[in-house]
Amino acid sequence: MPEQPQPLLSVRNLTVAFPSLHAVPPAVRGVSFDVGREKVGIIGESGSGKSTTGRAVMRLHPSATRITADRMEFQGENLLAVSERRMQAIRGHSMAMILQDPKYSLNPVMTVGEQIAETAILHEKLSRRAARRRTLDMLEKVHIRDPERVMGLYPHEVSGGMGQRIMISMMLIARPALIIADEPTSALDVSVRQQVLTILDELVGANSMGLLFISHDLNLVRSFCDRVLIMYSGRIVEELPANALDKATHPYTRGLLEALPSLLHPKDRLAVLRRDPAWAKT
Amino acid sequence: MIEVENLTVAFGHGPRANRVVRGIDMTVGAGECFGLVGESGCGKSTLLGAIAGRVKHWQGAITIAGEKVGPVKRPLAQLRRQQMVFQDPFGSLHPRHTIDRTLMEPLRIHGIADREARVEKALEQVGLPGRFRFRYPHQLSGGQRQRVAIARALILEPSILLLDEPTSALDVSIQAEILNLLKDLRERSGLTYVLVSHDMAVVAHLCDRIAVMQDGVFVEISSRDAMIRDEVHHPYTRMLREGSLGYRPAAAVPPG
Ligand SMILES: Nc1ncnc2c1ncn2[C@@H]1O[C@H](COP(=O)(O)OP(=O)(O)OP(=O)(O)O)[C@@H](O)[C@H]1O
Ligand SMILES: Nc1ncnc2c1ncn2[C@@H]1O[C@H](COP(=O)(O)OP(=O)(O)OP(=O)(O)O)[C@@H](O)[C@H]1O
Ligand SMILES: [Mg+2]
Ligand SMILES: [Mg+2]
Repeated sequence: MPEQPQPLLSVRNLTVAFPSLHAVPPAVRGVSFDVGREKVGIIGESGSGKSTTGRAVMRLHPSATRITADRMEFQGENLLAVSERRMQAIRGHSMAMILQDPKYSLNPVMTVGEQIAETAILHEKLSRRAARRRTLDMLEKVHIRDPERVMGLYPHEVSGGMGQRIMISMMLIARPALIIADEPTSALDVSVRQQVLTILDELVGANSMGLLFISHDLNLVRSFCDRVLIMYSGRIVEELPANALDKATHPYTRGLLEALPSLLHPKDRLAVLRRDPAWAKT
Repeated sequence: MIEVENLTVAFGHGPRANRVVRGIDMTVGAGECFGLVGESGCGKSTLLGAIAGRVKHWQGAITIAGEKVGPVKRPLAQLRRQQMVFQDPFGSLHPRHTIDRTLMEPLRIHGIADREARVEKALEQVGLPGRFRFRYPHQLSGGQRQRVAIARALILEPSILLLDEPTSALDVSIQAEILNLLKDLRERSGLTYVLVSHDMAVVAHLCDRIAVMQDGVFVEISSRDAMIRDEVHHPYTRMLREGSLGYRPAAAVPPG
């Protein structure tokens, strides 16, 4: 792999604390990582701070949230210092996030077709009519059946997996330099998932895009990503080449691998993880 | 326990109506776990919604525990018998209700005593600390919200659970705990499940029979053993089974 001169995103010692009446530890505690033009996976415990990390990079948290870092740079720009206005431009054009509940990040009173077309008008300066054509193409590209009909639906009328693909189709139009995708394919059947991931794979390869891919699917991360970060209780506890996930040494990661049900080797009861309070310290 | 005959669900009217579920028959025995897998958008959530009483304009017949149910206005006692865990917990939890209220409300509606103890037990079963009771849904992670939705379904001690992707937002260690809990409940209290999931390993782990759905119909119903031993027949079933083994870069996928 060639030396990567400057990563797209560079984060050092990121800490995120939500306001609280009680003394709770910050949701993210001193996290450091880089993302280059590659696919970086994040797996980890439910509630370990994966989505919070992604939202902090996008600056999507409410202002009462305390975010500190020694460094949080995107394409050389200090994300902690840029104005809200500049941040909006970055979010619109160079960095985008697919949220964990995509249907609820769409505008509920606009049809999905109108929303995709709006993206096309903004990014590709298309006319209304051309934008409509483009919307149909995109829906087809993410393998949505009967795109003519789906264009006219409101977000609450589409299925879980259709919502995810609608968000992905908007990414394909906006073509940001970095996509933070929070479980973007959890509601897709394996064949559609394979097709959608192939599209993302091409974007990373051909457009030299960076992808931060949050997922609970160990087999998927192992086979799709280049590197993987493992989070536990607000920290990154381990980092590995994705195809070496089996060689993980942290007891949390080992426990995950053992808890995985297997089609070929069924068991009556799955192994459960005994969480050691010491993992949350160091 | 559940009998569905020639069930059809359409959205919209007249010639532009979209028939999402097209004449499905299914029978789920008491204490059985019935799995449902299939293409995204093929009608799985809609089918579950019709059984749960959430989707109201269907045709055909649904019988639950020997009682015929209608598309609208089901009596409270009938509704309590089956509980559903929705695919998108964010949409099914009231954004301005605390977790405590979300869990208390069904108990209150059905006039159940001992609420305090039941709420505590339900949270413990899904591995959430008691301090989360006073949070709102947006203050929880995706997987924590999902577990609240599971707790809410368990709290009424239903005899049927309709589970729409209940563990896809959970890390596999918590998924293992939930799947073990579901197995325990079934062995202890004879619960009946219908489980929708895209993860074939999860479905095969829990379910006795697995229906494969495409475009509103079942193309195959396979036994658990047949799925594990690769004795399934329909090409779509075979593809889902193959695909459940991981992502393959485009170059490695044979054309066609
Ligand atoms: N707005 C908020 N106020 C208070 N606490 C919050 C808020 N949002 C998240 N949290 C807490 O911060 C922690 C990290 O949440 P986050 O959503 O980042 O988890 P996650 O790793 O994405 O988990 P999951 O895999 O379940 O989605 C959780 O314990 C959560 O309850
Ligand atoms: N309220 C509605 N109005 C119009 N169409 C709807 C409505 N609800 C669902 N549909 C349509 O019904 C079809 C099936 O949706 P359903 O949610 O049942 O799919 P699914 O099998 O659960 O898919 P997924 O695996 O992606 O969640 C989709 O084409 C969807 O657009
Ligand atoms: Mg999350
Ligand atoms: Mg669904």
